[in-house]
Amino acid sequence: MSGGMIFAGAGAVLFTMGLVGVVLIGPLLRRILAFNVMGSGAFLVLVGLAQRDGGADPVPQAMVLTGIVVAVASTALALALARRLHRLTGRTTLSATDDD
Amino acid sequence: MTDPIAWLILLPLFWATAAFLLGPGRGARLAIAALLAQCGLALQLAADVIDGGARTHAVGGWGAPLGIDLAVGGLSALMLVLTQAIALPLAVYARAYFADGAPAVRYFWTLTGFLLAGLNALFLAADLFNLYVTLELVGLAAVGLVAAGGSARQVAAALRYLFAALVGSVMYLLGVALIYGAHGTVSLQTLAPLVDARAPAAVWIACGLMLAGLMLKTAIFPFHYWLPPAHGGAPAPVSALLSALVVKASFYLILRLSLEVFAPLAATAATALGLLGAAAIAWGSWQALRTVHIKMLVAWSTVAQLGYLFLVFPLLAPDGLALQAGVMQAIAHGLAKAAMFAAVGVLMLATGRDTLEGLAGVAGRMPLTLFAFGLAGVTLMGLPPSGGFLAKWLLIEAALTHGQWGWVAVVIAGGLLAAAYVFRVLRQAFLLAPADSPFHPVPRSMEWTAFVLATASMLLGLQGVELMSLLAAGS
Repeated sequence: MSGGMIFAGAGAVLFTMGLVGVVLIGPLLRRILAFNVMGSGAFLVLVGLAQRDGGADPVPQAMVLTGIVVAVASTALALALARRLHRLTGRTTLSATDDD
Repeated sequence: MTDPIAWLILLPLFWATAAFLLGPGRGARLAIAALLAQCGLALQLAADVIDGGARTHAVGGWGAPLGIDLAVGGLSALMLVLTQAIALPLAVYARAYFADGAPAVRYFWTLTGFLLAGLNALFLAADLFNLYVTLELVGLAAVGLVAAGGSARQVAAALRYLFAALVGSVMYLLGVALIYGAHGTVSLQTLAPLVDARAPAAVWIACGLMLAGLMLKTAIFPFHYWLPPAHGGAPAPVSALLSALVVKASFYLILRLSLEVFAPLAATAATALGLLGAAAIAWGSWQALRTVHIKMLVAWSTVAQLGYLFLVFPLLAPDGLALQAGVMQAIAHGLAKAAMFAAVGVLMLATGRDTLEGLAGVAGRMPLTLFAFGLAGVTLMGLPPSGGFLAKWLLIEAALTHGQWGWVAVVIAGGLLAAAYVFRVLRQAFLLAPADSPFHPVPRSMEWTAFVLATASMLLGLQGVELMSLLAAGS
């Protein structure tokens, strides 16, 4: 098994762990972190799979950089919303009942 | 320099930033003026596509793979025209809606500008990765708009929406990663001939991941849970933008991917998608019949109407009937739902209440707005000559051509259910109001924009041939 495939496999495992976390975890901060684990998994797959010919491929690396910028911005927005929710209601989870 | 493709993305970015600096008052005037120009650009682009067919634009003169290519075809030109045509009346409406300086207005124009830039870029993107970036731009701007009101309910709805949108786009991104690993390219045009039914497992998984992620963002049953609180809780102009345009963006992506890149693979999931669509129609309509809040009724109606879009997939065939039906439904529902949320916003401002019960007596006091609501309702039910009628007619014709009778029953039952929940509102509106009920005057421009949008959705059925010739151009 080449190094790239190890990265890709680890990425798939991280992605699955993160996905399970986002779905099952209640507290918002841990949920946001789970989303970040999920994102890192996708980035590892992107870089890992593109490395199989030996040399590094610059295109997916540029994509991952863009993806990291997007993930940072999304995380910041999620954290800001979670803080606002905490300030307004004192809760750090989304209740299951407030949707009509 | 004067290529409308580039300006359709640059112009909203410019006025969004300017609105942030100038503040809501002057920002609103600038936005309306710029949206007028964007309408002109989109129409010019559509005319170009009809004359000259599909074309691409290399941003800054750097072609792919080093730079970014933008591409326009019949379907994307149609979606661009729809986006600008809905955004312009809604901007006029929003200017009057926020005239009292509600807290939501502070970032409304900026976020709307970014949202429109993201949408236009999404319709023009020519590769899978740029589609991911534009999806995120649209998603983050939309979440910001839901949260801009700042109340606890809105923030909770925005967070729920944000998690759905983020998980959806990361699943899409993993799909892109697997495709790049298998084929070494993300360009839609290059990928189309490479993917066939004997594709390796990685491509099948990628197709499934991208489809699931986009379905989550389109809020198709059973992924609809985030939509009613987000669309029902936001201020009226925001709900209208989200229901009319944002959910259509991810549907457009599913449609394009299943037509171009994943055509050989998509057939296996088509029946399942159609069944989910049917379930969405049933569940969304049922909830719309039960809810007591008028805005939630309209939001649940969006869940139901999105179901029709997914009935298209089992019927996709080279004759193009189902594709025409899907596009027609997307356009008709966009216009009608924008009109409906706008009308409901007027009614809620006028009566000061958000329940169906509070609507008693609006028929005598606001006939124009109620008429707009009724016209939009006629489109949702699918009565002639509305755009909704044309969409459902094409869908039934496609089902009959392929001998799939079951879908005909779904379409007809969905129309009856839509009639039931629209008449819930109309019946209440014609009741006599209690003598002491308060009534606030509402700017006429808000009533008229709702009416214009509703009339457009109604007259759309008469322009079907022109729209379908644009769809066929360059595809």
